[in-house]
Amino acid sequence: MTVVYWLAYGLLGVGALLALVRLGIGPSLLDRVVATDTLLVIIAAGLAVHAGLQRDPTVVPVLVVVSLLAFVGSVSVARYIGGMLVSSTGDGQDVGLPEAGEERIARSLEADR
Amino acid sequence: MSEVQTAADVLAVVLLLLGAFLCLTAGLGLVRFPDVLTRMHAGTKPQVLGVLLIMVGAAIRLQGWSATWMLLLVAVFQMLTAPVSAHMISRVAYRRRHVRRDRLFVDELRTGEASDRLYRGDEPADAPPEEPARALVESRREDGDLAPD
Amino acid sequence: MSAEPTPVTGHHLRHQLPLLLWLVLVWNLLWGTWSWANLISGVLVALGVTLLLPLPPVVGGARVRPVALVRFLVHFVVDLVSSGALVAWQTVRPTGIDRSAIITVQLRTDSDLLLTILTESLTLVPGSMVIDLDREHRTIALHILHVRDQSDVERQRDAVLAEEERVVRAFGSPDEIASLDSAPGTGVAGTGRRTP
Repeated sequence: MTVVYWLAYGLLGVGALLALVRLGIGPSLLDRVVATDTLLVIIAAGLAVHAGLQRDPTVVPVLVVVSLLAFVGSVSVARYIGGMLVSSTGDGQDVGLPEAGEERIARSLEADR
Repeated sequence: MSEVQTAADVLAVVLLLLGAFLCLTAGLGLVRFPDVLTRMHAGTKPQVLGVLLIMVGAAIRLQGWSATWMLLLVAVFQMLTAPVSAHMISRVAYRRRHVRRDRLFVDELRTGEASDRLYRGDEPADAPPEEPARALVESRREDGDLAPD
Repeated sequence: MSAEPTPVTGHHLRHQLPLLLWLVLVWNLLWGTWSWANLISGVLVALGVTLLLPLPPVVGGARVRPVALVRFLVHFVVDLVSSGALVAWQTVRPTGIDRSAIITVQLRTDSDLLLTILTESLTLVPGSMVIDLDREHRTIALHILHVRDQSDVERQRDAVLAEEERVVRAFGSPDEIASLDSAPGTGVAGTGRRTP
Protein backbone atom coordinates (compact mmCIF):
# COMPACT_ATOMS: atom_id res chain seq x y z
CA MET A 1 0.00 0.00 0.00
CA THR A 2 2.88 2.36 0.74
CA VAL A 3 4.07 1.99 -2.85
CA VAL A 4 0.65 3.05 -4.07
CA TYR A 5 0.74 6.13 -1.82
CA TRP A 6 4.10 7.25 -3.10
CA LEU A 7 3.25 6.51 -6.71
CA ALA A 8 -0.09 8.35 -6.69
CA TYR A 9 1.17 11.38 -4.78
CA GLY A 10 4.33 11.42 -6.90
CA LEU A 11 2.39 11.51 -10.16
CA LEU A 12 0.05 14.21 -8.86
CA GLY A 13 2.92 16.19 -7.39
CA VAL A 14 4.93 16.21 -10.59
CA GLY A 15 1.80 17.23 -12.51
CA ALA A 16 1.20 20.09 -10.09
CA LEU A 17 4.85 21.17 -10.35
CA LEU A 18 4.65 21.26 -14.14
CA ALA A 19 1.45 23.32 -13.92
CA LEU A 20 3.31 25.67 -11.57
CA VAL A 21 6.12 25.98 -14.13
CA ARG A 22 3.60 27.05 -16.76
CA LEU A 23 2.06 29.42 -14.22
CA GLY A 24 5.45 31.00 -13.75
CA ILE A 25 6.71 31.27 -17.30
CA GLY A 26 3.42 31.40 -19.19
CA PRO A 27 3.85 34.39 -21.45
CA SER A 28 0.24 35.54 -21.39
CA LEU A 29 -2.53 35.91 -18.87
CA LEU A 30 -4.55 33.14 -20.49
CA ASP A 31 -1.72 30.64 -20.08
CA ARG A 32 -1.71 31.43 -16.41
CA VAL A 33 -5.49 31.03 -16.21
CA VAL A 34 -5.28 27.60 -17.81
CA ALA A 35 -2.42 26.64 -15.51
CA THR A 36 -4.32 27.78 -12.41
CA ASP A 37 -7.36 25.84 -13.52
CA THR A 38 -5.29 22.71 -14.00
CA LEU A 39 -3.54 23.22 -10.68
CA LEU A 40 -6.82 23.50 -8.78
CA VAL A 41 -8.20 20.38 -10.41
CA ILE A 42 -5.00 18.49 -9.57
CA ILE A 43 -5.41 19.63 -5.97
CA ALA A 44 -8.99 18.36 -6.02
CA ALA A 45 -7.75 15.08 -7.46
CA GLY A 46 -5.15 14.87 -4.68
CA LEU A 47 -7.85 15.38 -2.05
CA ALA A 48 -9.93 12.64 -3.65
CA VAL A 49 -6.93 10.30 -3.73
CA HIS A 50 -6.31 11.00 -0.05
CA ALA A 51 -9.98 10.36 0.74
CA GLY A 52 -9.92 7.13 -1.22
CA LEU A 53 -6.67 5.71 0.11
CA GLN A 54 -7.24 6.64 3.75
CA ARG A 55 -10.99 5.94 3.68
CA ASP A 56 -11.40 9.42 5.11
CA PRO A 57 -14.63 11.10 3.98
CA THR A 58 -14.05 14.38 5.84
CA VAL A 59 -12.28 16.09 2.93
CA VAL A 60 -15.08 15.39 0.46
CA PRO A 61 -16.97 18.68 1.08
CA VAL A 62 -13.69 20.54 0.51
CA LEU A 63 -13.51 18.73 -2.82
CA VAL A 64 -16.87 20.18 -3.90
CA VAL A 65 -15.75 23.69 -2.98
CA VAL A 66 -12.38 23.42 -4.76
CA SER A 67 -13.85 22.04 -7.96
CA LEU A 68 -16.45 24.82 -8.15
CA LEU A 69 -13.87 27.46 -7.26
CA ALA A 70 -11.75 26.44 -10.25
CA PHE A 71 -14.68 27.02 -12.57
CA VAL A 72 -15.71 30.36 -11.10
CA GLY A 73 -12.13 31.62 -11.13
CA SER A 74 -11.34 30.79 -14.73
CA VAL A 75 -14.68 32.04 -16.04
CA SER A 76 -14.40 35.35 -14.23
CA VAL A 77 -10.87 35.95 -15.51
CA ALA A 78 -11.95 34.99 -19.03
CA ARG A 79 -14.81 37.46 -18.82
CA TYR A 80 -12.43 40.11 -17.52
CA ILE A 81 -10.05 39.65 -20.43
CA GLY A 82 -13.00 39.48 -22.82
CA GLY A 83 -14.09 42.87 -21.54
CA MET A 84 -10.71 44.21 -22.61
CA LEU A 85 -11.40 43.20 -26.20
CA VAL A 86 -10.97 46.05 -28.59
CA SER A 87 -12.86 46.54 -31.81
CA SER A 88 -10.86 49.02 -33.75
CA THR A 89 -12.63 48.96 -37.09
CA GLY A 90 -15.83 50.40 -35.67
CA ASP A 91 -18.14 47.80 -37.18
CA GLY A 92 -17.96 45.53 -34.16
CA GLN A 93 -15.42 43.17 -35.65
CA ASP A 94 -11.96 42.65 -34.44
CA VAL A 95 -9.11 43.68 -36.61
CA GLY A 96 -7.17 40.90 -38.29
CA LEU A 97 -4.89 38.57 -36.53
CA PRO A 98 -1.28 39.54 -36.01
CA GLU A 99 1.22 36.97 -34.87
CA ALA A 100 0.97 35.49 -31.42
CA GLY A 101 3.74 36.31 -28.98
CA GLU A 102 5.20 32.80 -29.08
CA GLU A 103 5.20 32.89 -32.87
CA ARG A 104 7.14 36.15 -32.86
CA ILE A 105 9.73 34.63 -30.52
CA ALA A 106 9.98 31.49 -32.65
CA ARG A 107 10.46 33.55 -35.81
CA SER A 108 13.20 35.64 -34.26
CA LEU A 109 14.96 32.51 -33.04
CA GLU A 110 14.81 31.13 -36.57
CA ALA A 111 16.25 34.37 -37.93
CA ASP A 112 19.11 34.34 -35.44
CA ARG A 113 20.19 30.89 -36.49
CA MET B 1 -16.63 -11.47 1.04
CA SER B 2 -12.96 -10.73 1.57
CA GLU B 3 -12.13 -11.70 -2.00
CA VAL B 4 -14.75 -9.32 -3.32
CA GLN B 5 -13.32 -6.68 -1.01
CA THR B 6 -9.80 -7.28 -2.31
CA ALA B 7 -10.91 -7.15 -5.94
CA ALA B 8 -12.75 -3.87 -5.30
CA ASP B 9 -9.67 -2.46 -3.59
CA VAL B 10 -7.42 -3.44 -6.48
CA LEU B 11 -9.83 -1.91 -8.99
CA ALA B 12 -10.04 1.29 -6.96
CA VAL B 13 -6.27 1.57 -6.66
CA VAL B 14 -5.83 1.01 -10.40
CA LEU B 15 -8.41 3.71 -11.15
CA LEU B 16 -6.75 6.13 -8.74
CA LEU B 17 -3.33 5.55 -10.27
CA LEU B 18 -4.67 5.94 -13.83
CA GLY B 19 -6.34 9.20 -12.86
CA ALA B 20 -3.16 10.45 -11.21
CA PHE B 21 -1.22 9.58 -14.35
CA LEU B 22 -3.69 11.55 -16.49
CA CYS B 23 -3.22 14.55 -14.17
CA LEU B 24 0.54 14.21 -14.76
CA THR B 25 0.01 14.27 -18.54
CA ALA B 26 -2.12 17.39 -18.09
CA GLY B 27 0.81 19.15 -16.43
CA LEU B 28 3.24 17.79 -19.00
CA GLY B 29 1.10 19.00 -21.88
CA LEU B 30 0.82 22.43 -20.29
CA VAL B 31 4.58 22.77 -20.41
CA ARG B 32 5.26 21.10 -23.76
CA PHE B 33 2.55 22.42 -26.06
CA PRO B 34 3.19 25.52 -28.15
CA ASP B 35 0.20 27.85 -27.70
CA VAL B 36 -2.82 28.57 -25.53
CA LEU B 37 -5.35 26.51 -27.46
CA THR B 38 -3.24 23.35 -27.55
CA ARG B 39 -2.30 23.87 -23.91
CA MET B 40 -5.98 23.96 -23.11
CA HIS B 41 -6.44 20.64 -24.85
CA ALA B 42 -3.73 19.25 -22.62
CA GLY B 43 -4.81 20.98 -19.45
CA THR B 44 -8.55 20.56 -19.43
CA LYS B 45 -9.21 17.30 -21.22
CA PRO B 46 -7.12 14.53 -19.61
CA GLN B 47 -8.17 16.31 -16.47
CA VAL B 48 -11.86 15.53 -16.99
CA LEU B 49 -11.23 11.86 -17.63
CA GLY B 50 -8.65 11.71 -14.83
CA VAL B 51 -10.94 13.34 -12.30
CA LEU B 52 -13.77 11.02 -13.29
CA LEU B 53 -11.53 7.98 -12.80
CA ILE B 54 -10.31 9.27 -9.43
CA MET B 55 -13.87 9.97 -8.28
CA VAL B 56 -14.97 6.44 -9.20
CA GLY B 57 -11.94 4.99 -7.44
CA ALA B 58 -12.54 7.03 -4.31
CA ALA B 59 -16.24 6.18 -4.34
CA ILE B 60 -15.37 2.47 -4.43
CA ARG B 61 -13.02 2.84 -1.46
CA LEU B 62 -15.23 5.08 0.66
CA GLN B 63 -18.04 3.47 2.58
CA GLY B 64 -21.24 5.32 3.30
CA TRP B 65 -23.58 6.85 0.77
CA SER B 66 -23.12 10.44 1.86
CA ALA B 67 -19.59 10.69 0.46
CA THR B 68 -20.56 8.78 -2.66
CA TRP B 69 -23.33 11.26 -3.48
CA MET B 70 -20.98 14.16 -3.01
CA LEU B 71 -18.36 12.58 -5.26
CA LEU B 72 -21.04 12.00 -7.89
CA LEU B 73 -21.97 15.66 -7.60
CA VAL B 74 -18.35 16.71 -8.09
CA ALA B 75 -18.11 14.54 -11.21
CA VAL B 76 -21.31 16.00 -12.65
CA PHE B 77 -20.19 19.55 -11.90
CA GLN B 78 -16.87 18.84 -13.53
CA MET B 79 -18.52 17.59 -16.70
CA LEU B 80 -20.93 20.54 -16.80
CA THR B 81 -18.44 23.29 -16.05
CA ALA B 82 -15.26 22.20 -17.83
CA PRO B 83 -16.67 22.81 -21.35
CA VAL B 84 -18.02 26.22 -20.35
CA SER B 85 -14.74 27.55 -19.03
CA ALA B 86 -12.80 25.91 -21.88
CA HIS B 87 -15.07 27.55 -24.43
CA MET B 88 -14.84 30.98 -22.82
CA ILE B 89 -11.06 30.89 -22.53
CA SER B 90 -10.55 29.54 -26.04
CA ARG B 91 -12.79 32.16 -27.61
CA VAL B 92 -10.97 34.92 -25.81
CA ALA B 93 -7.66 33.31 -26.79
CA TYR B 94 -8.64 33.26 -30.44
CA ARG B 95 -9.85 36.82 -30.47
CA ARG B 96 -6.89 38.09 -28.47
CA ARG B 97 -4.60 36.46 -31.06
CA HIS B 98 -2.91 33.91 -28.87
CA VAL B 99 -3.03 31.42 -31.71
CA ARG B 100 0.21 30.35 -33.32
CA ARG B 101 -0.72 30.52 -36.93
CA ASP B 102 2.47 28.82 -38.12
CA ARG B 103 1.35 25.67 -36.29
CA LEU B 104 -2.16 25.67 -37.75
CA PHE B 105 -2.95 23.42 -40.68
CA VAL B 106 -6.02 25.41 -41.71
CA ASP B 107 -8.00 28.22 -40.09
CA GLU B 108 -11.49 28.44 -41.49
CA LEU B 109 -12.68 30.98 -38.96
CA ARG B 110 -10.30 33.71 -40.01
CA THR B 111 -12.17 36.76 -41.21
CA GLY B 112 -9.71 39.25 -42.62
CA GLU B 113 -6.26 39.16 -44.08
CA ALA B 114 -5.28 42.48 -42.58
CA SER B 115 -3.09 42.36 -39.55
CA ASP B 116 -2.06 45.29 -37.49
CA ARG B 117 0.58 45.83 -34.89
CA LEU B 118 -1.40 48.11 -32.66
CA TYR B 119 -3.51 45.57 -30.86
CA ARG B 120 -1.53 42.56 -29.79
CA GLY B 121 -2.04 40.27 -26.83
CA ASP B 122 -2.96 40.97 -23.25
CA GLU B 123 0.48 41.81 -21.95
CA PRO B 124 0.64 45.09 -20.07
CA ALA B 125 2.67 46.53 -22.93
CA ASP B 126 0.00 45.39 -25.34
CA ALA B 127 -2.76 47.52 -23.87
CA PRO B 128 -4.73 49.37 -26.53
CA PRO B 129 -3.21 52.76 -27.31
CA GLU B 130 -4.87 55.79 -25.86
CA GLU B 131 -4.99 57.61 -29.17
CA PRO B 132 -5.44 54.92 -31.82
CA ALA B 133 -5.16 57.26 -34.80
CA ARG B 134 -1.80 58.69 -33.80
CA ALA B 135 -0.47 55.30 -32.72
CA LEU B 136 -1.46 53.85 -36.09
CA VAL B 137 0.44 56.56 -37.93
CA GLU B 138 3.47 56.00 -35.73
CA SER B 139 3.44 52.25 -36.23
CA ARG B 140 3.22 52.68 -39.98
CA ARG B 141 6.10 55.11 -39.89
CA GLU B 142 8.12 52.53 -37.97
CA ASP B 143 7.30 50.04 -40.70
CA GLY B 144 8.42 52.47 -43.35
CA ASP B 145 5.02 52.57 -45.02
CA LEU B 146 4.68 56.28 -44.50
CA ALA B 147 7.13 59.00 -45.31
CA PRO B 148 8.08 61.03 -42.22
CA ASP B 149 6.56 64.48 -42.37
CA MET C 1 -30.55 32.68 -25.86
CA SER C 2 -32.68 35.75 -26.51
CA ALA C 3 -33.62 37.56 -23.35
CA GLU C 4 -37.38 37.50 -23.61
CA PRO C 5 -39.50 39.54 -21.22
CA THR C 6 -40.54 37.54 -18.20
CA PRO C 7 -43.96 35.97 -18.74
CA VAL C 8 -46.68 35.73 -16.11
CA THR C 9 -45.66 33.91 -12.97
CA GLY C 10 -47.61 30.66 -13.42
CA HIS C 11 -46.29 30.14 -16.91
CA HIS C 12 -42.86 31.09 -15.65
CA LEU C 13 -42.92 28.55 -12.83
CA ARG C 14 -44.06 25.74 -15.11
CA HIS C 15 -41.05 26.31 -17.32
CA GLN C 16 -38.76 26.44 -14.31
CA LEU C 17 -39.96 23.14 -12.87
CA PRO C 18 -37.08 20.97 -14.15
CA LEU C 19 -34.63 23.54 -12.83
CA LEU C 20 -36.40 23.49 -9.44
CA LEU C 21 -36.22 19.71 -9.28
CA TRP C 22 -32.53 19.78 -10.21
CA LEU C 23 -31.76 22.36 -7.52
CA VAL C 24 -33.58 20.33 -4.86
CA LEU C 25 -31.66 17.23 -5.96
CA VAL C 26 -28.34 19.06 -5.76
CA TRP C 27 -29.23 20.40 -2.32
CA ASN C 28 -29.99 16.90 -1.06
CA LEU C 29 -26.85 15.46 -2.62
CA LEU C 30 -24.80 18.19 -0.99
CA TRP C 31 -26.18 17.30 2.41
CA GLY C 32 -25.51 13.69 1.59
CA THR C 33 -28.53 12.32 3.42
CA TRP C 34 -32.18 12.33 2.58
CA SER C 35 -34.58 13.71 5.12
CA TRP C 36 -37.76 15.77 5.16
CA ALA C 37 -35.91 18.73 6.61
CA ASN C 38 -33.43 18.63 3.72
CA LEU C 39 -36.25 18.30 1.21
CA ILE C 40 -38.22 21.25 2.58
CA SER C 41 -35.22 23.52 2.98
CA GLY C 42 -34.10 22.50 -0.51
CA VAL C 43 -37.46 23.51 -1.99
CA LEU C 44 -37.24 26.86 -0.18
CA VAL C 45 -33.70 27.50 -1.41
CA ALA C 46 -34.59 26.46 -4.96
CA LEU C 47 -37.62 28.74 -5.00
CA GLY C 48 -35.51 31.59 -3.71
CA VAL C 49 -32.83 31.03 -6.33
CA THR C 50 -35.24 30.76 -9.24
CA LEU C 51 -37.25 33.81 -8.15
CA LEU C 52 -34.25 36.00 -7.41
CA LEU C 53 -32.14 34.94 -10.41
CA PRO C 54 -34.60 34.03 -13.16
CA LEU C 55 -33.32 32.36 -16.32
CA PRO C 56 -34.88 32.58 -19.76
CA PRO C 57 -37.01 29.47 -20.34
CA VAL C 58 -35.75 26.75 -22.65
CA VAL C 59 -37.87 26.98 -25.77
CA GLY C 60 -39.30 23.74 -27.08
CA GLY C 61 -38.30 21.48 -24.25
CA ALA C 62 -36.70 18.09 -24.57
CA ARG C 63 -38.02 14.67 -25.38
CA VAL C 64 -35.78 11.86 -24.38
CA ARG C 65 -35.67 8.67 -26.41
CA PRO C 66 -34.11 5.92 -24.28
CA VAL C 67 -32.55 3.83 -27.05
CA ALA C 68 -31.01 6.78 -28.86
CA LEU C 69 -29.91 8.22 -25.50
CA VAL C 70 -28.08 5.02 -24.62
CA ARG C 71 -26.40 4.99 -28.02
CA PHE C 72 -25.34 8.60 -27.58
CA LEU C 73 -23.98 7.92 -24.10
CA VAL C 74 -22.07 4.81 -25.16
CA HIS C 75 -20.52 6.62 -28.11
CA PHE C 76 -19.68 9.53 -25.82
CA VAL C 77 -17.92 7.40 -23.22
CA VAL C 78 -16.00 5.48 -25.89
CA ASP C 79 -14.93 8.77 -27.48
CA LEU C 80 -13.96 10.18 -24.09
CA VAL C 81 -11.73 7.23 -23.23
CA SER C 82 -10.18 6.61 -26.66
CA SER C 83 -9.33 10.18 -27.50
CA GLY C 84 -8.32 10.80 -23.90
CA ALA C 85 -5.75 8.08 -24.34
CA LEU C 86 -4.73 9.56 -27.70
CA VAL C 87 -4.16 13.04 -26.26
CA ALA C 88 -2.29 11.58 -23.29
CA TRP C 89 -0.04 9.65 -25.68
CA GLN C 90 0.60 12.79 -27.71
CA THR C 91 1.72 14.65 -24.60
CA VAL C 92 4.03 11.88 -23.48
CA ARG C 93 5.65 10.82 -26.77
CA PRO C 94 8.97 12.44 -27.63
CA THR C 95 7.92 14.03 -30.93
CA GLY C 96 5.17 16.11 -29.36
CA ILE C 97 2.04 17.05 -31.21
CA ASP C 98 1.14 17.32 -34.87
CA ARG C 99 -0.21 20.49 -36.31
CA SER C 100 -3.64 21.58 -35.19
CA ALA C 101 -6.45 23.20 -37.15
CA ILE C 102 -9.49 25.42 -36.78
CA ILE C 103 -12.42 24.17 -38.82
CA THR C 104 -15.98 25.37 -39.29
CA VAL C 105 -18.87 22.97 -39.64
CA GLN C 106 -22.33 23.74 -40.98
CA LEU C 107 -24.89 22.29 -38.58
CA ARG C 108 -28.47 21.34 -39.33
CA THR C 109 -30.22 21.83 -35.99
CA ASP C 110 -31.65 25.12 -34.89
CA SER C 111 -32.44 24.64 -31.23
CA ASP C 112 -30.68 26.25 -28.29
CA LEU C 113 -30.94 23.17 -26.14
CA LEU C 114 -29.61 20.76 -28.77
CA LEU C 115 -26.76 23.09 -29.69
CA THR C 116 -25.82 23.38 -26.02
CA ILE C 117 -25.75 19.62 -25.56
CA LEU C 118 -23.76 19.24 -28.78
CA THR C 119 -21.13 21.82 -27.88
CA GLU C 120 -20.78 20.47 -24.35
CA SER C 121 -20.19 16.95 -25.57
CA LEU C 122 -17.84 18.10 -28.34
CA THR C 123 -15.77 20.12 -25.91
CA LEU C 124 -15.65 17.34 -23.33
CA VAL C 125 -14.24 14.88 -25.83
CA PRO C 126 -10.48 15.42 -25.96
CA GLY C 127 -8.97 16.59 -29.21
CA SER C 128 -11.75 18.97 -30.19
CA MET C 129 -12.79 22.23 -28.60
CA VAL C 130 -15.56 24.58 -29.65
CA ILE C 131 -14.26 28.11 -30.13
CA ASP C 132 -17.20 29.91 -31.63
CA LEU C 133 -20.83 29.27 -32.45
CA ASP C 134 -22.49 31.42 -35.07
CA ARG C 135 -26.10 31.14 -34.01
CA GLU C 136 -27.60 32.81 -37.10
CA HIS C 137 -25.72 30.77 -39.66
CA ARG C 138 -25.68 27.59 -37.55
CA THR C 139 -21.97 27.22 -38.01
CA ILE C 140 -19.69 25.99 -35.30
CA ALA C 141 -15.96 26.59 -35.17
CA LEU C 142 -13.73 24.00 -33.55
CA HIS C 143 -10.09 23.79 -32.73
CA ILE C 144 -8.89 20.25 -33.30
CA LEU C 145 -5.66 18.67 -32.26
CA HIS C 146 -3.89 16.04 -34.32
CA VAL C 147 -4.29 17.06 -37.95
CA ARG C 148 -1.88 15.95 -40.62
CA ASP C 149 -3.66 16.55 -43.92
CA GLN C 150 -6.96 17.51 -45.48
CA SER C 151 -8.44 14.03 -45.07
CA ASP C 152 -8.06 14.38 -41.30
CA VAL C 153 -10.02 17.62 -41.46
CA GLU C 154 -12.82 15.98 -43.45
CA ARG C 155 -12.85 13.03 -41.06
CA GLN C 156 -13.25 15.34 -38.08
CA ARG C 157 -16.04 17.22 -39.85
CA ASP C 158 -17.90 13.98 -40.49
CA ALA C 159 -17.40 13.02 -36.84
CA VAL C 160 -18.98 16.31 -35.73
CA LEU C 161 -21.97 15.76 -38.02
CA ALA C 162 -22.39 12.20 -36.74
CA GLU C 163 -22.27 13.47 -33.17
CA GLU C 164 -24.92 16.05 -34.06
CA GLU C 165 -27.14 13.34 -35.50
CA ARG C 166 -26.81 11.24 -32.34
CA VAL C 167 -27.69 14.25 -30.14
CA VAL C 168 -30.73 15.13 -32.25
CA ARG C 169 -31.96 11.56 -32.33
CA ALA C 170 -31.62 11.35 -28.55
CA PHE C 171 -33.15 14.68 -27.55
CA GLY C 172 -34.75 16.35 -30.56
CA SER C 173 -38.38 16.76 -31.53
CA PRO C 174 -39.80 14.83 -34.55
CA ASP C 175 -39.53 17.98 -36.67
CA GLU C 176 -35.83 18.27 -35.97
CA ILE C 177 -35.20 14.63 -36.81
CA ALA C 178 -37.12 15.11 -40.06
CA SER C 179 -34.99 18.13 -40.95
CA LEU C 180 -31.94 15.98 -40.23
CA ASP C 181 -33.10 13.45 -42.81
CA SER C 182 -34.17 15.95 -45.42
CA ALA C 183 -30.92 17.88 -45.31
CA PRO C 184 -28.12 15.35 -45.03
CA GLY C 185 -24.72 16.71 -44.15
CA THR C 186 -23.66 17.93 -47.56
CA GLY C 187 -20.71 19.75 -46.07
CA VAL C 188 -21.77 23.26 -47.01
CA ALA C 189 -18.90 24.75 -45.08
CA GLY C 190 -16.04 24.66 -47.54
CA THR C 191 -12.46 25.47 -46.86
CA GLY C 192 -11.75 29.04 -45.98
CA ARG C 193 -15.37 29.95 -45.47
CA ARG C 194 -15.63 33.49 -44.19
CA THR C 195 -17.89 34.02 -41.24
CA PRO C 196 -19.21 37.55 -41.26
